Amino acid sequence: MSDTTTNTAEKLTTSDGKPLKASLAKALRRQKMRALLLIAPLLLFVLISFAAPIVDMLFRSVQNEIVPETLPRTVTVLESWDESSGEIPSDVVFSALRDDLVIAAERKRHTRLGSRLNYEMTGMSSLFRKTGRRVDDFGEIFTEQFENLNEAWVEPATWVSLMASEDWVAAQSKWAAAGDDAVPQPAFVLSEAAKQALPRTADIYSGFADVIRTEDGDSPTQEEPWNPVYAALYDDLIENPDAASSYSGAMAELLLTAAEAVPSFEALTAREEFIDADEDWGSLAVWQTLDRYSGRYTDGYYLAALDAQRTADGIEMVPEGQRIYLLLFMRTLILSVVITCSCLLLGYPVAFLLSHLPLRSANLLMILVLLPFWTSLLVRTSAWKVLLQQQGVINDMLVFIGLVSDDGRLALINNATGTVIAMTHILLPFMILPLYSVMKTISPTYVRAAKSLGATDWTAFWRIYFRSLCRGSARVLFWSSSCRSATTSRPNLSAVPPVSSSRTGSPTTSRVP
Amino acid sequence: MAQLPPYMTTPQRVWYYGFRVICGLIFFFLIFPIMVIIPLSFNATDFFTFTPEMLAFDPAGYSFKHYHDFFTNPDWQQALRNSVMIAPAATLLATSFGTLAAIGLSQSHVPYRGAIMAILISPMIVPLIISAAGMYFFYSRIGIQGTYWGVVLAHAVLGTPFVIITVTATLVGFDQSLERAAASLGANPVTTFFKVQMPLILPGVISGALFAFITSFDEVVVVLFVGSASQKTLPWQMFTGLREQISPTILAVASILVTLSVILLTVLELMRRRSEKQRGLTPG
Repeated sequence: MSDTTTNTAEKLTTSDGKPLKASLAKALRRQKMRALLLIAPLLLFVLISFAAPIVDMLFRSVQNEIVPETLPRTVTVLESWDESSGEIPSDVVFSALRDDLVIAAERKRHTRLGSRLNYEMTGMSSLFRKTGRRVDDFGEIFTEQFENLNEAWVEPATWVSLMASEDWVAAQSKWAAAGDDAVPQPAFVLSEAAKQALPRTADIYSGFADVIRTEDGDSPTQEEPWNPVYAALYDDLIENPDAASSYSGAMAELLLTAAEAVPSFEALTAREEFIDADEDWGSLAVWQTLDRYSGRYTDGYYLAALDAQRTADGIEMVPEGQRIYLLLFMRTLILSVVITCSCLLLGYPVAFLLSHLPLRSANLLMILVLLPFWTSLLVRTSAWKVLLQQQGVINDMLVFIGLVSDDGRLALINNATGTVIAMTHILLPFMILPLYSVMKTISPTYVRAAKSLGATDWTAFWRIYFRSLCRGSARVLFWSSSCRSATTSRPNLSAVPPVSSSRTGSPTTSRVP
Repeated sequence: MAQLPPYMTTPQRVWYYGFRVICGLIFFFLIFPIMVIIPLSFNATDFFTFTPEMLAFDPAGYSFKHYHDFFTNPDWQQALRNSVMIAPAATLLATSFGTLAAIGLSQSHVPYRGAIMAILISPMIVPLIISAAGMYFFYSRIGIQGTYWGVVLAHAVLGTPFVIITVTATLVGFDQSLERAAASLGANPVTTFFKVQMPLILPGVISGALFAFITSFDEVVVVLFVGSASQKTLPWQMFTGLREQISPTILAVASILVTLSVILLTVLELMRRRSEKQRGLTPG
């Protein structure tokens, strides 16, 4: 606000002594607030029940969280693997996968992950299902050897005192003593000593404790750890022989004897066990796929929608026989163009006639347009089904007239012909009504004036009538876009499936979730 | 019809009548499929086509058995009940929110009017199948997929654009000084709304409500996604009927729905005339 206006405004005051300018601004603000408050309920309603779902779906189309969330350890160690090296990843990756997979299998998440990756590579689903069934046996060989060494290794209590923090042990025994099921179990906490000395064992054991608590509702104090926990312990002790001596917590003695014994253990690497469970784990392609789709976001679904896929050499089209989406896009496009043209062809004369007839007769004829407009989509679809089928009314009539023989009844339904006929009928009112409302506004005197000035019929139509029509076509465009939504919404009863409708039995459609 | 001007040449006359014949054929194309199902629904046999008895107007060829089936079959009755329960609730939600918002939008100073309008109209523009898929995922996430309220919410949001458009159109002709007159006579905003504004915009509100109602009553795609078997509506039942068990009961239902749309059309036409009369225009 500049000084001069402030001065003027200060001179003008309302009856209660406030400056006029401020008073007006306040009134305007109040008016705006009132308008917004009136709009707010619906805006919120639309945002929550309509916009949020759409945004959520858009987000889902790039989302790939299931892979990093189900296999967090594998994804981290896989980063250092070079997919173009031509070799499958090292044992570290396999051990991480073993830990991830056993937790996922106990939580029953591995099948979902398998289905997700199956979109990218067929066979992944069964690979994960099959391995998931066997992964809790991985490391069994170590369990037995630790047990032979000392029976205490299969005691749940041994593991608790080895791994758990003292606070947790105290909280857990308090919870167990209370015996109240309504109170949730305290979440498992690792002891610092265990984390320091046996990082991998501690990691998988805490995963185990979580699963036992949340999935089974049991206490880790009552359960013997899974076999992979023993395998992790073996890995830890082999990798760092001094770990046991540096470990200061409970059971240090037991650990020390184990550390001395492990070098003589009969060993089986995680990699061997995986390949033994399913030899596909030795395939480079499986690991490349896993590596490629290990990020939190993916463009895989979009590529699939364009019949493309990501391979080691970059983006490529899928094999000829599996392409379907581009074909469906094309088919939808062609059908829309044909239907739009036929609607225009049939709608234009009717709209023209209606807008040039006297109002009374135009209103009467308008009922013939409005009745189909108001009639249920499914009613009209049923009607066309009745009319067009092989034993239907139209074929009966044609046979009766003698145009076609009884054996040569025309196939009018479940193909492009049926779609175009029925869709034209359904969308025709959407073409006629807006065209009519625009034509109503074009004064017939313009065309007459053009003709009196010497224009031919064609020039008068093209330069005067058509131009005016185009000027009013903003509304037509608006309507036609809502027609489009009607188009895609149409159940494909008499239709060749457009992109939107499902094709059961086609292998590739199952790629889009 | 007026006499043709005597100066018209023969081709012009041919074109004049030819054009009318073409338009007649197009009108026939528009109305014939809807009309043909009504006699067929009285078919005495279980076929979708005219029997010789029907063509000979033999009373034995006609029967009410499909109507009887519709009114006694528990599947159809359940579907009808669901439709009748879902559509009014969705209409009520759409109409009350939509009318308020339309009144808000036609105030003289609304910040971001264009953007707000675009969001509010979007349910009409976005293809239904996309809305349906999005709603399916989102509603399952928040746990209302397959519930009565899930379907009501979805249908209500699809109906709101129609309410907004019709009510906004009525408000264009609304004289704002009437509100001020009411206020100067001591009426509070609520009284003003119900006594002055509401009666004047009522035709628009009712047409919007009818649009919202028919949207919900006629909607099959979204309900297939968002609903579960216990929310099976009439269109859904017709859809399964058309796909799986083809029975002429569908035609009986269709005829009833056509009658319903004729009634709706009449009501709307009366509304339009009333509204135009109130605005001082001559009814067409």
